[in-house]
Amino acid sequence: MRSLLALLLAGLLAAAAPARAATEITFYYPIAVGGPLTKVIDGLARDFEKEHPGIKVNPIYAGNYDDARIKALAALKAGQPAQISVLYSIDLYELLEQDVILPWDDIAATADDRAWLKAFYPSLMMNGIYKGKVYGIPFQRSTIVLYWNKDAFKEAGLDPEKAPANWKEMAQMAAKLVKKDASGNVARWGVMVPSTGYPYWMFQAFARQNGHDLMNPEGNRTNYAHADVIAALQYWRDLGAKHKVMPEGTVEWGTLRQQFTEGKTAMMWHTTGNLTAVKSTAKFPFGVAMLPASKQRGSPTGGGNFYLFKKTTPEERKASLAFVKWMTTPERAADWSIATGYVAVRPEAYETAKLKEYAAGFPQAVVARDQFKYATAELSTFQTGRVRKLLDDAIQASLTGQKTPAAALKEAQAEAERLLKPYR
Amino acid sequence: MKHVYGWLLLTPAAILLVGFTHYPAAATLFDSLFSSGTVVRPSRFVGLGNYAALADDPIFWQVLGNNLWFALGTIPTSMAIAMLMALWVNDRLPARALVRMAYFTPTVLPMIAVANLWLFFYTPQIGLLDQIGAMFGMASHNWLGDPNTVLACTMAMVVWKEAGFFMIFYLAALQSLAPELEEAAKMEGASRWYFFRRVTFPLLMPTTLFVLVNATINSFKLVDHLFILTKGGPDNASSLLLYYIYQVAFSFFDSAYASTLTVVLLALLAGLAVVQFQLIERRVHYR
Amino acid sequence: MSASGRRTPLLEASAAWLLAVLWLSPLLYAFWAAFHPVEFATRFELLAPLTLENFAKAWTYAPFARHLLNTVMLVTMILSAQLVLCTLAGYAFARFEFAGRDIAFGLVLVQLLVMPEVLIVENYRIMSRLGLVDTILGIGLPYMASAFGIFLLRQTFKTVPRELEDAARVEGCSFLGVLWRVYVPLARPTYLAYGLVSVSYHWNNFLWPLIITNTVNTRPLTVGLAIFGAPESGVDWGVISAGTLMAVAPLLVAFLLFQRQFMQSFMQAGIK
Repeated sequence: MRSLLALLLAGLLAAAAPARAATEITFYYPIAVGGPLTKVIDGLARDFEKEHPGIKVNPIYAGNYDDARIKALAALKAGQPAQISVLYSIDLYELLEQDVILPWDDIAATADDRAWLKAFYPSLMMNGIYKGKVYGIPFQRSTIVLYWNKDAFKEAGLDPEKAPANWKEMAQMAAKLVKKDASGNVARWGVMVPSTGYPYWMFQAFARQNGHDLMNPEGNRTNYAHADVIAALQYWRDLGAKHKVMPEGTVEWGTLRQQFTEGKTAMMWHTTGNLTAVKSTAKFPFGVAMLPASKQRGSPTGGGNFYLFKKTTPEERKASLAFVKWMTTPERAADWSIATGYVAVRPEAYETAKLKEYAAGFPQAVVARDQFKYATAELSTFQTGRVRKLLDDAIQASLTGQKTPAAALKEAQAEAERLLKPYR
Repeated sequence: MKHVYGWLLLTPAAILLVGFTHYPAAATLFDSLFSSGTVVRPSRFVGLGNYAALADDPIFWQVLGNNLWFALGTIPTSMAIAMLMALWVNDRLPARALVRMAYFTPTVLPMIAVANLWLFFYTPQIGLLDQIGAMFGMASHNWLGDPNTVLACTMAMVVWKEAGFFMIFYLAALQSLAPELEEAAKMEGASRWYFFRRVTFPLLMPTTLFVLVNATINSFKLVDHLFILTKGGPDNASSLLLYYIYQVAFSFFDSAYASTLTVVLLALLAGLAVVQFQLIERRVHYR
Repeated sequence: MSASGRRTPLLEASAAWLLAVLWLSPLLYAFWAAFHPVEFATRFELLAPLTLENFAKAWTYAPFARHLLNTVMLVTMILSAQLVLCTLAGYAFARFEFAGRDIAFGLVLVQLLVMPEVLIVENYRIMSRLGLVDTILGIGLPYMASAFGIFLLRQTFKTVPRELEDAARVEGCSFLGVLWRVYVPLARPTYLAYGLVSVSYHWNNFLWPLIITNTVNTRPLTVGLAIFGAPESGVDWGVISAGTLMAVAPLLVAFLLFQRQFMQSFMQAGIK
């Protein structure tokens, strides 16, 4: 009996010992597109471990972006390990204020590392840079694109290969696309833009197209009440209230994709992250286009970046760097883009054979990339939760007719000023 | 000796109760007097400053109003339906067991699941409500996206979930009523409505009050559905106090303000409890 | 079970049945959407093909098996602790006269009003300090001393005739022995009733578990279902319905099999 126990102990020690020698990195990540992507991430982690014995990767699926931020921060506070995480690109200021992140510059030691930091699309880096240092490495990024139902276009007498290029065209084409049933009720809307979930994100597109960004790079000033910004919200409201091409009230983010694939709307503005899902469920040919311009084209970027936490040992930091570099090689960026519909985060990915082939068969996949030159950073400031909610509420109040766009935005701006002044 | 023993038996439970009910309640009150701290800017005493901010916060007033309307809308409705259900199920209704099961089923479902199911009901155009409406020629309506209807929609869903639960208590009470009462009434030629109004309803009063207390507490506690349905929108039209507390504490990381809001919630619950216990004292006398 | 002798008039009976159908419809819809392919989720054609694909997909989207395990561990742990703690406390209140008893009982009843869910901010902080964030114990701890349980057991124990206790004491039983030999067996119906109420409640609890859990290792079914049901890219009705059904199935099946006991439990709990 004793010898058995001794054997058992020895076995346990032997099994435990090499594990202790490995560096372990834990990271929280959100899934923003539905699908068995946890399996993909787990698979990637295992592949990395195979190529890098001595590093163990522990991915933890945390829900959506809000959940991931809450969970990662909670874990850090509770003393649980988390070395890196994929968090909302716009969580930057919050993380800075909680003083939990390190810039990647600090551990990018070799020339190769530094070159890697520069290999990403500049518009994707915008949300991750503060005072010249890179805190966020792009990973699962998206922009907003216009999806359109080619059959519906044909039915309405429009050219099915041409999407609207500007606001006027969109309103006019949408009016032709509205279909009413026998009792005069709308059976199909012209265009739908979601206003729940991430209304501020959609609105950034409108504002950008009308020439303006909604915050400054330092994250301490918002621009909600500029005349052009108010005009942008007015256009959004008019789509529903005046032109009657969109339902009045708020449009639900979660069910919009199904409404599009069921033919209840001929056009929709939505994240590129939906691309793969729409491709597999739509029973009609559909197109994907850049968002229409007003004074210019524009769309915010969205999605998650890799952040590095401060509470890490030097070995963990080296391991994290290796892992994140590995996850963002052109090949892997291409794979990830094809599997999810997110944009590939670096230009070289689009030069890989598999992405070229994919894009040849499915050109919709590169529209988002082409839109990058018009892209702007996602809304992010200090006190970001509150500042964003102010805008969300203002947008929803306007779209439901509770307040005029001017009144709603002016109120929101005043409140945001009050919150951000201490940071200047 | 018995004294010591009594306290000893009570101690394990007492530790947990004090630890997770009484102490946190007091600590919440204490925390509401300080500002939230971040690493960069530590917390400091602000006295009633948070309460002043509360009074100035339009979202707080909206949320409070919503919660009171929500309580007003769900409590009497669910109680009335529950009583009706209990009366029906207590009668010799054909397929009675099946009907009773149907009424009680929502109770065993978690609110999250209920919200998932009802989200479909309320989806415009392709959702069930609009499809049925379309059969009657009604236009599609943005139920959850219209601030005028969203609160009512959440109320309907909560009534659906709660009525069956309250039905059980009424059923228990009905079954403890003496059958002679009804026979006596029948002999005297009293109508069913008269019998209900003059005999059954008053005798159900203790149960009614018990259900009232439960329903009131629930109307402040039930916020699970908001996570799925509306997240408090549009523009806070469907938000409730406890949900706002969650947002402030875990989305905005403003724990001091969240504590302040919690104090308001506690005060509200305490006030309602006092009112209701007084009612019980006065009404339930003959028991 | 006494029911009134009159047969329900047809109009009323129809109304009762209509209400019953209405009451079941959300669940019936979930079955429809779960077993039919996604194109038929919003179209009700009787001859639409059946499929199990939604269940297969839902199974891969979220680790339901793990969530089920977590939930079972959670409710078992909570119930076991509640049975012990509430029995001891209920016994103390019922049969012992000690200084401050009534005040203590009043303080206990405060928990009926001020549940752990209301005090999320502070309780989270306490759990953080105890190092119990993201543990199943952390989810259950605030609920283990249940005012409702203490109240129920106190009422039940009070109805036990003193003679039985005296008889046992004569035989030389200690206080705890009396508790174990006399009171607990007689309170069995109450324990059963309370057990079902507690399990139902904690199986379906959401807000506190949401806040306290961070990872899949501890998340119960409700939290898993919420995360599963609200992805950023939008919902797929068939899959959501399938996932929802899988999450509610255990309790629903238990309910359908033991309807009578469930309802009796809640009734009993209410009477007290």
